[in-house]
Amino acid sequence: MSDQPLLRVSNLKTYFPVKSGGLFRRSLGQVKAVDGVSFDVNAGETLGLVGESGCGKSTTGRSILRLIDPTSGRIELDGVDVTDLSKKELVPFRRTAQMIFQDPYNALNPRHTVGSIISGPFQVQKVDPPGGVRAAVQELMERVGLNPEHYNRYPSEFSGGQRQRIGIARAIALRPKLIVCDEPVSALDVSIQAQIVNLLKDLQEDFGVSYLFVAHDLSVVRQISQRVAVMYLGHIVELASREVLYTRPLHPYTHALLSAIPLPDPDRQKQREQITLNGDLPSPMNPPSGCVFHTRCFRAEDRCKVEIPELVEVAPGHVLACHFPMTEMVIGTRIEGPNSGLVEMPNRDIEAPSEVIADMAEEGRGGPVTADYVGDPDRD
Amino acid sequence: MAITESVAKAAPVAGRSLRQVVWSRVRHDKVAMTCLVILILLYLIAIFAPLICKVIGVDPYAFDGASISDSGGAPIGDWGGISRAHPLGVEWGTGRDILAQLLFGLRISLLIATSATIITVFLGTVIGIVSGYAGGRTDAVIGRSMDLILAFPFLLIILALSGVLTQRLSSLGVPEGNPSRILYMILVLSVFGWPYLARIVRGQVLSMREREYVEAAIAMGARTPRILFREILPNLWAPILVYATLTLPTYIATEAALSFLGIGVLPPDTSFGAMLANSVSYFSVVPSYLFIPGVVLVVLVVTFNLVGDAVRDALDPRSGRV
Repeated sequence: MSDQPLLRVSNLKTYFPVKSGGLFRRSLGQVKAVDGVSFDVNAGETLGLVGESGCGKSTTGRSILRLIDPTSGRIELDGVDVTDLSKKELVPFRRTAQMIFQDPYNALNPRHTVGSIISGPFQVQKVDPPGGVRAAVQELMERVGLNPEHYNRYPSEFSGGQRQRIGIARAIALRPKLIVCDEPVSALDVSIQAQIVNLLKDLQEDFGVSYLFVAHDLSVVRQISQRVAVMYLGHIVELASREVLYTRPLHPYTHALLSAIPLPDPDRQKQREQITLNGDLPSPMNPPSGCVFHTRCFRAEDRCKVEIPELVEVAPGHVLACHFPMTEMVIGTRIEGPNSGLVEMPNRDIEAPSEVIADMAEEGRGGPVTADYVGDPDRD
Repeated sequence: MAITESVAKAAPVAGRSLRQVVWSRVRHDKVAMTCLVILILLYLIAIFAPLICKVIGVDPYAFDGASISDSGGAPIGDWGGISRAHPLGVEWGTGRDILAQLLFGLRISLLIATSATIITVFLGTVIGIVSGYAGGRTDAVIGRSMDLILAFPFLLIILALSGVLTQRLSSLGVPEGNPSRILYMILVLSVFGWPYLARIVRGQVLSMREREYVEAAIAMGARTPRILFREILPNLWAPILVYATLTLPTYIATEAALSFLGIGVLPPDTSFGAMLANSVSYFSVVPSYLFIPGVVLVVLVVTFNLVGDAVRDALDPRSGRV
C-alpha cells in the first residue's frame, strides 16, 4: 500500500441553490447538504459513512464522483485532482471510480438486457477485453453470482438481490479502484443484505477495490467497514476505526445512533434504555449556530451554541468534533444529560439470531454468513 | 463458491433480442395479427393501386357516360350503379368508377397521413427529449413555442394560408397542383401536430432523467447523446408508438376534413375526404357513396388502434403476457 491515500477529500462543500418558482426566479438561499467534509480512503479499504436521512452522506458520495458538482473543496483520487475536471476530462476518471446504487429497481434500465447493461462500461470507455465483451460480461455475471445464461434477460425478470448483483457487476466491470456504494443494501431483504455484503467483501479481497460505503444501517456498516465516519447535517462529527467507533465512541450523536441498533433479544431490547434525540433534523438551509448538533444534544451547553467545534484528532486515527466528548463514559453505566435525563448506554454485544441464518436459504443460494451480522429492520 | 453453484444448476435459457420477444408476443395475439394483416393489405393495395385497377379493368379518371342517365347524370342501377364493370358503382354526373377512386383515394390519404405521422413523431420525439433533458432556458423556450403553436387557430390559419403557401411550395420547385397541395397538407399536419407528442415525451423524460440508471450512465462516462438515445429513448417507444398509431387515423380524418373544406387534392384526383364531401349531396339517394369510404376509414382506424395496443403490450416487459 502506498503512503498516499487513494481518495483524499478536503473541505468538500456542496450547496444547492433554492429558488422561488415563477418567471423571475429569486434565490431564496442555499441548502448546505455537505458543509466542509474531509476524509481519506486508503487503497483496499472500506470507509463507512453513516448518518440519518438528509445528513448529506449520499450527496458526499455523488460529489466525489462528480455526479453533483461540489461548491468548493478538493477531491483527489489516485493522485489526480478531479475537483475541476471538465466533463470531457472526467471520462477517463470514470474508469477509476464507480458507483453502486441504492434502488436496484431504478438503477437498471428496464429496456436493456442484463448483457447490455453490464457491457455498458466497456462500450462507453471503448475498452476491448481479451476474448470479447460478451465473454467478459458473462465472466462478470458468474463472478457476482448470476447465471451467465441470463445474458439476454431483462432486469424485470430478476429479484431485488439479483438486480443488485447486476449493478455490482456493472460497477466492477472496468476494475475501478474506488466504488461509492450508496446504501447498496438498504432496499433489500435482511437475508439478501448479508449475501450482498459478503459479495462486496469477496470482491474487495480479489481486486483490492476501496469502498466508500454510505449507509444509515450501523450493523451493515460494522460488517464491511474498517473505518467509519459519522455525519450529521453536512458535517463529519466523528471518524474512527470500526472497533473504536463501535465500542468507545466519543460523540454524543454516535452514542445516540448506536443505541438505536435493535437488539436481537426482545427481553434485552425491552430492558435497555435508548437515547432518544429530541426534535427533528434542523433545516440544512439554516443550520444551527455553533455545533450543528447542539439543538438535539443531551450534553449541549452554552458554549456549543456559539463555538463551532473543530474536527481534531483525539487519538491516532480517531477524529472528533465535540466540545464535551463522552470520555467518562463506560458502557452500561448510567449518565446524566440535560436534555433527556437519565440514559443508559446500550449494551452492544450483538449476536446473530439463528433465524437470520436460516433465512439465507432464500433465493436458492446460501452465502457465507458471519456470525455477528444483524440487519436493521428499521429502514426507510 | 457456494453462490454460483446453485445458480449454475438452473436450466439454461436461450437469449432473445427485444425484437424477437416483441414479435413472438404479437404473433400469439390473434386480434393483433388479423389487424396487422389487414393493415399490410391496405398498404399494399394503396401502393399497387394503379396495377390493381388495370387488372380489374377500372379507371379512376375515365368518364363513363353509359353508366349514368343522360338527364341529371344519376347512376343507372341500384346502389350508385353497381354493375359488373363498376363493382362499387359510379360517380354521380361523371360516371367515374368508385372502386378505382377508392383505391387511389386510399393511396393519397395514406400517403399524407403516414408521412405526416412520421414527421410528427420525429419532431415530437427529438424536441421533447431535448426539452425534457436540457431543462432550464432551453426547456422554457421550447415550451413557450409549443404553447404558441397549440394556441394557434389551426384551422383558420391553414385555410387562410393554403393559397399563398401552396404557391410558395410550387415556386420552390414542387410540381404545381396536387403535389404541392399534398406536401402542404403533410407539412401543416406535422407542424401543428408535434407539440402534443413533444409534451408527452418531455414529461416522460423529466421523470426518467432522475432515474438512477441515467446517473449510472453518467458515472460510466457516457456522453449526452448516448444517454438521450440509448438510455432514455428506448423507454419512450411505448408512448411514441401508441401516440403514432392514434395519430395516424386522426390525420386520415383531418385530411378528410381539410379536403371537405376545399384545401385537399383537386379533381380528378381524390381522397377519402373528397369522396365523403361529394357523398353528402347524394346521401339520401345513394347512401353507398358515404358508406363505402366510411367503412374503409373505420377499418383503418380500428386496425391501427388494435395493432398499437398489441405492440404496446408486447413492448412492456412488465405486462406479463408471453
